[in-house]
Amino acid sequence: MGVQGWTLLLIGLSFALYIGIAIWSRATSTKDFYIAGGGVPPLINGMATAADWMSAASFISMAGAISFLGYDGSVYLMGWTGGYVLLALLLAPYLRKFGKFTIPDFVGDRFESSAARIIAVVCAIFISFTYVSGQMQGVGIVLSRFLEVPTTTGVMIGMGIVFFYAVLGGMKGITYTQVAQYCVLIFAYLVPAIFLSIQLADTPIPQLGFGGFLPDGTSLLENLDGLQKELGFDSYLNGSKSLLDVACITAALMVGTAGLPHVIIRFYTVPKVRDARKSVGWALVFIALLYTVAPAIGVFARTNLLQTVSNQPYADMPEWFQKWETTGLLKFEDKNHDGLIQYVGNQSSAVNELDVHKDIMVLANPEIAGLPDWVVGLVAAGALAAALSTAAGLLLVVSSAISHDLLKRCLRPKISEKGELLAARLSAGVAVCIAGWFGIHPPGFVAEVVAFAFGLAASSFFPVLLLGIFSRRMNRAGAMSGMVCGIALTAGYILWFKFLHPELSTPGNWWFGISPEGIGALGMLVNFAVAGAVYRFFPAPSSEVQAMVDDIRVPLGKRD
Amino acid sequence: MLSLLAVWAFVSFGCGILLHDWLDQWKILGTGFPVGFWFAQQGSILVFIALVFVYARRMDRLDKEFGVKEE
Repeated sequence: MGVQGWTLLLIGLSFALYIGIAIWSRATSTKDFYIAGGGVPPLINGMATAADWMSAASFISMAGAISFLGYDGSVYLMGWTGGYVLLALLLAPYLRKFGKFTIPDFVGDRFESSAARIIAVVCAIFISFTYVSGQMQGVGIVLSRFLEVPTTTGVMIGMGIVFFYAVLGGMKGITYTQVAQYCVLIFAYLVPAIFLSIQLADTPIPQLGFGGFLPDGTSLLENLDGLQKELGFDSYLNGSKSLLDVACITAALMVGTAGLPHVIIRFYTVPKVRDARKSVGWALVFIALLYTVAPAIGVFARTNLLQTVSNQPYADMPEWFQKWETTGLLKFEDKNHDGLIQYVGNQSSAVNELDVHKDIMVLANPEIAGLPDWVVGLVAAGALAAALSTAAGLLLVVSSAISHDLLKRCLRPKISEKGELLAARLSAGVAVCIAGWFGIHPPGFVAEVVAFAFGLAASSFFPVLLLGIFSRRMNRAGAMSGMVCGIALTAGYILWFKFLHPELSTPGNWWFGISPEGIGALGMLVNFAVAGAVYRFFPAPSSEVQAMVDDIRVPLGKRD
Repeated sequence: MLSLLAVWAFVSFGCGILLHDWLDQWKILGTGFPVGFWFAQQGSILVFIALVFVYARRMDRLDKEFGVKEE
């Protein structure tokens, strides 16, 4: 059985598993559909959260990005895990105590305003679609590369699977499939990492391996750092970004993570407030298992790549090289016609002959290291699990934002339970189709838009939720003006540098050297400052709301 | 809670970013990790996990003390 046979077998088995779980866990009420009946144990919820959170970007792109960025890649590692500390300490238990279904629910009820609710709905939908298009694209890439089907067919297959379990099972179906998907994706991520660690560092634990030594006594990190410098790349151990920029990007990613709607919504599904606290811990453990291995893969993959290709004859390249060339993710042009591959740093782009896309570092890793065929197939199944689990979680946010926040809470409050469940299923179905369309016709600016999603979550949701929970006196005027100013600054800055004048986007033109990726941190501070100044001029919220704020701080649970 | 947030900021923004260059002059004993680099790519994540569980335990104890423990 070759690579393709194994891939087909493993992907087929994993899909059959997801469908089986979906049939077993059908949703029968809106409560099942939105929050899985509110009875998910903390460990299971933690695992589902981890799968929900770790997207195609975490699985496919992150280790590759780190292997190209070196130390600068730490912003993703710290940013995307540090957010969970904020979530556990500041948000999750309180929102669980509040005990509704969605973030717009909280924003609307806490600030007694449909306008605030609608801003929140729009942000939630925007963030979710931004993310989903990346997932569907990931599904397309994986299926087209490993099964050699057209990208469109690949996306359609992915859509079909998500449609089946998200529409049928809602949050209940999604939660239990995500548990299965977590197991598949973490296994698929760890197996090649362990192989590589044994090959390069002689230890089966990748987290230790990348701090290991080569037979001649130099450490793996120093060896790579030396190779990088020799070829004219940036140092691996020291970044090229400014200190303030690194800090701002890290902060924006942390705060953005804590404010992402599909992550927060998961903590409504546990039975008790103390379960919400514990559940964040488990989620972080499961996430850290992948996130501490990613930098190790980064080092292994980068070392392997440089040693395999640098100054080697093109004719001697192994089979994977040509395969990835056909996908366009690997490009070689023999500029000086010597038949050798000159792969050198960006300052000498006239000499550099090889263009490696970061996404292939994880996907091609097993082939580069010459691992067995089944490992290659396993990585494909794992990447699909990561993409599908995140896509499903996001689609649920879209569906609940439409059927619950817009339809039930704003347009037709008298809708029956059955009608709302039907509306939720319909909107999930429509959302799957839109997401699929984005996957087949990916907007060329996915990466830019993701910065947008985090910036918006950081500058809108996080401050509003925090103030809503911890300040009894915070009122509608303060929260709204803070949100509007925070979003305006962040969105304006990103639009200006990413879409209108990308040529001006250099550290010299940025405010204080803060890149558009990190501007959400400043947007958040502006939001806090404006809200903190404006609310003083307006009356305090009603006594019911003040009582509610007091109430959510006491953990004694009232179920429903 | 504030002390936990202080630790959170110290390991990530402190050790991982601000003090990264200065800490890199040492290596973690027996490994090839420069200290600052290790905090940025491994250590901070491990400390985050510890923080969340410490917080969960502390709050559980507080709940019990004030008689608001959930059954």
